[in-house]
Amino acid sequence: MNIYVCVKRVPDTESKIRIDHSSNTIIEEGLNFVLSPYDEYAMEEALRLREAKGGKVTAVSVGSDETTVILKKCLAMGADEAILIKDDAGEQYDGLRIARIIAKAAETNFQDYSLLLFGKQAVGSDNSQVPSMVAELLGLPQVNVVTKLEIEGNSAVAHREIEGATEKISFELPAVVSAQKGLNEPRYETLKGIMMAKKKQIPIITLADLGLSDSELASQLEVVKMEGPPPREAGRVIEDEPEVAAKKLVEFLRQEAKVV
Amino acid sequence: MILVFIEVRDGKIKKSSLEVLSEGRRRADELNSELHAVLVGHNLEGLAPETFKFGASKTYVLESTLLSHYSPSGYTYALHSLCQEAKPEIILFSATSLGKDLAPRVAANLGVSLASDCIKTAVKDGGLEVLRPIFAGKAFATFRFKSSPVIVSLRPNVFPLVEPQDAQGDVDKRDIVVPEDKVKDGVQEVLKEEGAALDVTEAEIIVSGGRGMKGPENFDLLKDLLGILPHAALGASRSAVDADWIDHQHQVGQTGKTVSPNLYMAFGISGAIQHLAGMSSSKVIVAVNKDPEAPIFKVADFGIVGDLFQVIPHLKEELSKVLSE
Repeated sequence: MNIYVCVKRVPDTESKIRIDHSSNTIIEEGLNFVLSPYDEYAMEEALRLREAKGGKVTAVSVGSDETTVILKKCLAMGADEAILIKDDAGEQYDGLRIARIIAKAAETNFQDYSLLLFGKQAVGSDNSQVPSMVAELLGLPQVNVVTKLEIEGNSAVAHREIEGATEKISFELPAVVSAQKGLNEPRYETLKGIMMAKKKQIPIITLADLGLSDSELASQLEVVKMEGPPPREAGRVIEDEPEVAAKKLVEFLRQEAKVV
Repeated sequence: MILVFIEVRDGKIKKSSLEVLSEGRRRADELNSELHAVLVGHNLEGLAPETFKFGASKTYVLESTLLSHYSPSGYTYALHSLCQEAKPEIILFSATSLGKDLAPRVAANLGVSLASDCIKTAVKDGGLEVLRPIFAGKAFATFRFKSSPVIVSLRPNVFPLVEPQDAQGDVDKRDIVVPEDKVKDGVQEVLKEEGAALDVTEAEIIVSGGRGMKGPENFDLLKDLLGILPHAALGASRSAVDADWIDHQHQVGQTGKTVSPNLYMAFGISGAIQHLAGMSSSKVIVAVNKDPEAPIFKVADFGIVGDLFQVIPHLKEELSKVLSE
């Protein structure tokens, strides 16, 4: 079974986000970029499936040359191959643009895929769009936000998290699946893995190789403004006997905030 | 025309879909446009009158036994022909689990981009402009669209409901023939946790615990508070989830859920940047923490420096008193 894990390079979750108001972009300088946390669950699941059933795991990312860092991490975790689809457009927040690139690559370069695995969302753009869009463009079944995945031959069963419950879905491969926290516990890279990843070549596919033109891929979303969160004024902080403090808090909730 | 996708769960229209209808109504009035709704599934005609109460003038009922359970590919197939024919200029979804799953598939089917999980919409120069949090709320971006139809999903629990009207509308029921191979990913079964509680994204009040809870057994204290508060859900910080004290579906923050309840109560949560990002848009925040320097106090409207184990019992007593008044 050949699995392609589509991953994204994102600022780590501890990052403070600063904004360049002249270009409506975030300032990348000083940010520490990592493999998007949900993509780690997708990678881990792919490796476990390969360990159980054989086949090949390929990590794929769309992005600039800097993206090779996270592809190296995927190789160090245990991916057999990694491929960079080179795209210097930067973050456009337009899931369809990326989905078109991945779907085209799947059709032309990764025709042997049984499973396209993703994280349920990239932290940052927080779109949760690309997996569903790729599934539609390729005419595949999709199961997103998966906390359990079982595959037998060409048949699969997945558990998908929804509000207050879990949906059970049966589907046929090839398919698109996106991973939620809880699906597994991602492994750490081993020293041996890191050494091997260093030596490994990461082939580059260009958008021209895929026959995609700039005009076809022009973002259909325009960012007209970017701003920080509305400032929140700190309220009052009290230090009292527990009984008194609790009473004051409930008074605040009841009479001032009027929320209970 | 603005088309609103209506989500049905357990035979009822979800409140978040009524919020979307309400927002659709406000924008339709501004754009001088009609507001229509669409229900997809089996035996849903009886739900149409409720959509009229919240502002729809016409509701399509796409009927097929094959779609009695949710399937993203099947629902997309059903919505495709309606969109081709009715040509909505704007399509609105609620960014629920289902909406987040379906809206992008429909957008790709129609060949247009999507703005996910928006918290504000406005009409500017005759077009729609939307605001959405990025980086789980560490920044906010305003978008306009270059493609048509415009597709947007709206975050639940943010948009106010319109006053329900005693209004009538047209029901346009269509039996649609869905080829079986177009339903590739149907839900077979919905597994419910025993006593499944309200999800944090849908709650009006969130009672949330962090590392200061000291152990899984102490979350029962928070559950006690939930028991007396209406529409309340249990939340948690990442450290409590990673310590296996509580399931990850309760996690609030950048690798959990982003929430905006009326009231967020943080117990023993210091307020790491990832957590603050996920809950800072709550309308009212209160916190109890031992450490007076905890960053959570910078966003809290009311903070108590103290031992949560001593405060919670008194808090429960006081709350029960005022709630029974």
